Formats: sequence, structure tokens, C-alpha cells
Amino acid sequence: MKTFEVLGTGCKKCVNTAEAIERTAKDLGESVEVIKVTDPARIMEYQVMSTPAVALDGKVIHSGSVPEQDKIAGWIQS
Amino acid sequence: MLEIFTLLADWLAYTLLGLGPDTRLGTAIHFFIEDTTKILFLLVVMIYVIALMRASLNLERVRAYIQRKNRAVGYFFGSGFGAITPFCSCSSIPLFLGFTSAGIPLGITMAFLFTSPIINEVAVIMLWSLLGWKFTLAYIVVGMAVGMIGGMILDAIKGERWLKDFAAKAYRKAAEKTHDSSQDVEVPEAPKLTFKDRHNFAKDELKEIVGRIWKWVLIGVGLGAALHGFVPDGWFAENLGAGQWWNVPAAVFAGLPLYSNATGVIPVMESLITKGLPVGTTLAFCMSTVAASFPEFIMLKQVMTFRLLAIIFTILLANFMVVGWVINLIGPWLFGGV
Repeated sequence: MKTFEVLGTGCKKCVNTAEAIERTAKDLGESVEVIKVTDPARIMEYQVMSTPAVALDGKVIHSGSVPEQDKIAGWIQS
Repeated sequence: MLEIFTLLADWLAYTLLGLGPDTRLGTAIHFFIEDTTKILFLLVVMIYVIALMRASLNLERVRAYIQRKNRAVGYFFGSGFGAITPFCSCSSIPLFLGFTSAGIPLGITMAFLFTSPIINEVAVIMLWSLLGWKFTLAYIVVGMAVGMIGGMILDAIKGERWLKDFAAKAYRKAAEKTHDSSQDVEVPEAPKLTFKDRHNFAKDELKEIVGRIWKWVLIGVGLGAALHGFVPDGWFAENLGAGQWWNVPAAVFAGLPLYSNATGVIPVMESLITKGLPVGTTLAFCMSTVAASFPEFIMLKQVMTFRLLAIIFTILLANFMVVGWVINLIGPWLFGGV
């Protein structure tokens, strides 16, 4: 099972991002784990400056916006 | 070209609604229609055009530019990039840590964060269309000065001592490493963008920004219109003893509890100035409303100790007052009585 981390200090877009990933996974019939990371120290370790950002299995794959649905689908199916 | 909005307001307010141009309600409604249509039109066009141009400017590149500069010019660049970089206040913490952990001095990072809410394309467009280029230029100079001076003071008193532990550690580690090699930092290459990419970016920006600020435009212009129509010209000069030294601190403290962004405050500024409030006092009020907002400060609590926060807050307020006094002194000479 894939583990997504949504990095962000709690703004609305970060919540939207986490929901978008969960929703897309459900549509595709896949099960994923989505963790919201709000701890600034942890976000700093990832060297992310624009949030919301998404990390998959410990690697940052997106930052700065709510990702588009087909992009998310691509991550889930990769 | 922009007279079309005056004509539109003439027609809507005086012909269609049948209000007299000499009545209070008539002037207020006219002001509201003219300014909201004009501002919204300019915003839509300009946000799109500016976003097209800056689609390839991302924070990683900005950070590398700033890292390469030495300290003295660093404040200028920090503040300048704060003005032009698109950036949402919910990103302040990651941005702060991203800069700090790259060894950029606290003062330069804060110059970026101070200037960012004060100067942005929306504020500049609105000021230009409402108050003219001279005033816009003064606003930009003042906004950058507040950011740069605030940053310099923070570094002079070694403010980084009062960062939260994890942030202070990250800063020390990076500062040691890049001490002599900061000139070698490579600026990441600009992403190659087709026109379609730029268009998509600009479209999203436009939707995002207008969606966020249209309410502020209406509220701001509404307040401005009310002042414009119902407060007699010169009222401030007669009733507040405008021009006395204590007006400026009073304006700064009055602006504190009001939390607005530049968009909401600028139409109010226009009315305040035409009603006789001195320019420096008005600017001090505006900066205090826009830049010293409690929600923002509470966010910074995650990376700073309370002591540092209090110091930053005090520096900001002091800066606003100095700016107000200085502009009031040189204002008549600068603007010839706006």
C-alpha cells in the first residue's frame, strides 16, 4: 500500500489536497494511506517551501498547489 | 480609456437610479460604481498579464538569488523579491524555514516577509488607478524601507538567538557550511514553459486571486464610498487636529485591530486623503492594518519564541510611526498637497 504525506501547516488547500488523494484512490478502488504532516520541523527536513506539497514514500513529488486529479491518479497507479 | 468607467457610473447612478450628483447618496453610489468596475477590470487584465510573465519564477530560484548576494544588498533583494514573488500567507512557515535552513540571515528572510503583504501587484494597480504614480512610487519606497530597516535591526540585535531550537540549529549548520562559498550557489534553471503552460498558470492565478479578493474590493470601496459621500471635505483637518505629532501613533494603533489586506484598505486611503488626512498618517494607518496582523504573527509562533515575536512587532510599529512622521514632513513638498 502506498503512503502519501501531505505537507502543509494547516491551510485549506492542504486539507483539499489530502481529500483529493483519498477521493481519487477510492474512485480507482485502491487503498492508500494519507498522512497530514503539519509539524514545521518535518516539513523543513523535506526542504519544501511552497505548500501544500505531497511526498510519496518519503520523496517529494509535488509542491505549491492542489494537484490535478489525473496527476494524483498517475501517482496511485505508478 | 478609463473614463469609460466614469461614464458608466454617471449613467447608472444619475440616469438610471435618478440620484442627484449633488446629494450625499448620489456621490457615494457614483464613487462605488466607478471604483468597483474600474478596479475589477484593471485587476483581471493586469493579474493575468503579470502572471504570464512571472510563471517561471519559483521560490527555489528566488532563494538561490538571495543566497548569492552579500548581506548589504541582501536586504534589498529580500524585500524586492518579497514584493514580486507570488506567495500565499499560509506558506510563510515553510518559506521561513526554507530560507533559514539555507543559511539566509533572519533579517533578510524577515525583510521578505515584512514586504510581501504590503507590496503586491494588486496593491500597485489599485494605487496607480486611484491615487496616481507619484503616490504609488512613495508607497513602494515606504513598503520596502519598512521591510529592509526592520530586517537590519533584527540582525543588528542578533535576533536569531530567539528562534525556536530546531530552526536555530538548522540556521547555524547552514551558515557554517555556506560561510565562504555562498557565491557558488547555483541558481536552478528556469523551467522551460510553453505559452500554453504560462496561460494555464496565469488563468489559475487569476481565478485564485480574484476569488480571494473580490469581497475585499467591495468592502473597501464601500467604506471608501461612504467616507467620500458622507464625510465633508477637510473634516479630518478640522476635527482631529490633523498634523499634530500624536496623530501618527494614534493611526498606527487604530489600524492594529483591523485585519485587512492591501486590497481592502487602498480605496479607504483614497477617501481619507481627499478628506484631509495627511499622507503620512494615512500610510501609517494602512501599513499597520495590512502588515501587522495577529493571525500572521500567531503562525510565526511555530518557529519563534514569544520574545522574538514581541521584538518584531515592536520594530514594525516603530517603523510605521517613523514612516508616518517623515512622510508628513516631506509630504507637502512631495505631492504638492494631494
